[in-house]
Amino acid sequence: MLSVESLAFGFPGRTIGRDVSFTLEAGEVMCVLGPNGGGKTTLFRTLLGLLAPHAGSIRLDSSSLKSLSRAQIARRVGYVPQGHTGYFAFTVREFVLMGRTAHLGIFSAPGKKDLAVAERALDSLGIAPLAEKPVTEISGGERQLALVARALAQEPKLLVLDEPTASLDFGNQVRVLQRISALASSGISILFSSHDPDHAFLCAHRALLLAEGRVLEIGAPRAVIRSDTLERLYGVSVEVIALGGGAHTCLPAVGR
Amino acid sequence: MNSRTLSYVLSAGALVGLTALAFAVGRYPVSLNELFSVLFGQSVSPNVETVVLQVRGPRVLAALVVGAALAAAGTAYQGMFRNPLVSPDILGVSTGAALGAVLGIFLSLNVILIQLFAFAGGLVAVGLVYFIGSRLRGHDPLLALVLTGVVIGTLLGSAIALLKYLADPYNQLPAITYWLLGSLAAITPRDLGTAAPLALLGLAPMLLLRWRMNLLALPDDEARALGVDTRKLRTLVVAAATLMTAAAVAVSGIIGWVGLLIPHAARLLVGPDFGRLLPLAMLLGAAFLLAVDTLCRTIATIEVPPGVLTALIGTPFFLWLFALARRSW
Repeated sequence: MLSVESLAFGFPGRTIGRDVSFTLEAGEVMCVLGPNGGGKTTLFRTLLGLLAPHAGSIRLDSSSLKSLSRAQIARRVGYVPQGHTGYFAFTVREFVLMGRTAHLGIFSAPGKKDLAVAERALDSLGIAPLAEKPVTEISGGERQLALVARALAQEPKLLVLDEPTASLDFGNQVRVLQRISALASSGISILFSSHDPDHAFLCAHRALLLAEGRVLEIGAPRAVIRSDTLERLYGVSVEVIALGGGAHTCLPAVGR
Repeated sequence: MNSRTLSYVLSAGALVGLTALAFAVGRYPVSLNELFSVLFGQSVSPNVETVVLQVRGPRVLAALVVGAALAAAGTAYQGMFRNPLVSPDILGVSTGAALGAVLGIFLSLNVILIQLFAFAGGLVAVGLVYFIGSRLRGHDPLLALVLTGVVIGTLLGSAIALLKYLADPYNQLPAITYWLLGSLAAITPRDLGTAAPLALLGLAPMLLLRWRMNLLALPDDEARALGVDTRKLRTLVVAAATLMTAAAVAVSGIIGWVGLLIPHAARLLVGPDFGRLLPLAMLLGAAFLLAVDTLCRTIATIEVPPGVLTALIGTPFFLWLFALARRSW
């Protein structure tokens, strides 16, 4: 689905990361972990074609990302950016309908079929009751779910979520992670970043540890998320505890 | 009938009523009966026919076209710059177009060239404001854009002042001054004949791209990730909106506030969806400017420049806008 080879990325004139290679299969979930400023968002923006790669190659569905138009990319990849507040007062339904744009002719407005797709996306995230509310008047967590719904309305094969749980309460975090698992089992590939290594344990098939723009380790969460790698990433000491049934959790050393 | 439909119906009704009223009132009153007789080709006194067709007709039509064009351009700018406080005036488009036109008058060019100069001036001004405003990082982008617009507008204004100083005081200066104050009094059918097609030309892409226009209101990354080539679209829409503004400014001179006030009022009524917003803003803009112009020629024995009245109405509205909670944007 997605294949990245010796990618260097960054802003024009400033390379932030290099030598990033990985592949993502259909239905696979990968969690990108790394400290603030470690290059996660910049990597995602490069994978979406929003920033030009400095070196290396990105292939989507076996076609080179460079050769795809914005609309072609948008029909394959859905993007959930970190929450934003500076929107106009579009209703949640209108907001989610914007996800249909890449499926529309250049002069068309969304029709019945698009509306049905949007409704399904709203339903699947449990925010159908908010459909008529302005996006400016819902909570940060609800807006995050609306952003996910908008990306789902793109009907993508790959979903890229930049810290989808960042502004959510505990319940909504779990709901988003459950949603990620469910989407993956329906065949969508998912790439998401998180600040909580436990999220990788909970729903990712693989974890990519990104430190100073380079891949520190990549592999199954329980293989790569260890005390030493976490200390290297975040500079704090953490104990990784194996629980019953193959589950793991991270326990930071605070006041001990 | 829901509240949105009601907004359209009421605005359209107000527009029709105001149009009839505008034909009726003035130095030479025309009754509704006489008005309908002229419109349906029945015989009336030649005086009435002259007043309706030659004197008031072009002026009423000009008010409708200019009002609708300024409101449509303002609606596009506000959506595109993700900012409900921008307008052709604040972005320096009007001043840029004015500078272009004043330069045209100064060089004694013909009407078509003056309009072209107005268009080029407006385009350069909005390009400059957007370019500088978006590069002032570390500031609130809204504030950066508005302040850049004010500063560039002042700069262009001083260039206008220089041209006025240098202009021939007997021929050019009165034309320039009259034009800078804004007026619909001297509109000829020929002016309308050039301005209306240009305004329509600017309107066409906005109508066709009405859905995509909504996505320009999102942060750039989001719009692009949703499949929109924002640079192309934004360039096209800026050109279209500037064409509309310049077409309006070229026949009426500078009439401020319409492009700021009207789109915002329309957004309060029907929400930010561009496809719903644009028609209502045009209806309201046409009605507003027609009402203002009709007042301008009837409240006093001399003509009041319409820009003065729009400013009187616009200033308190703008302050109220600032005071209002931002969430309703």
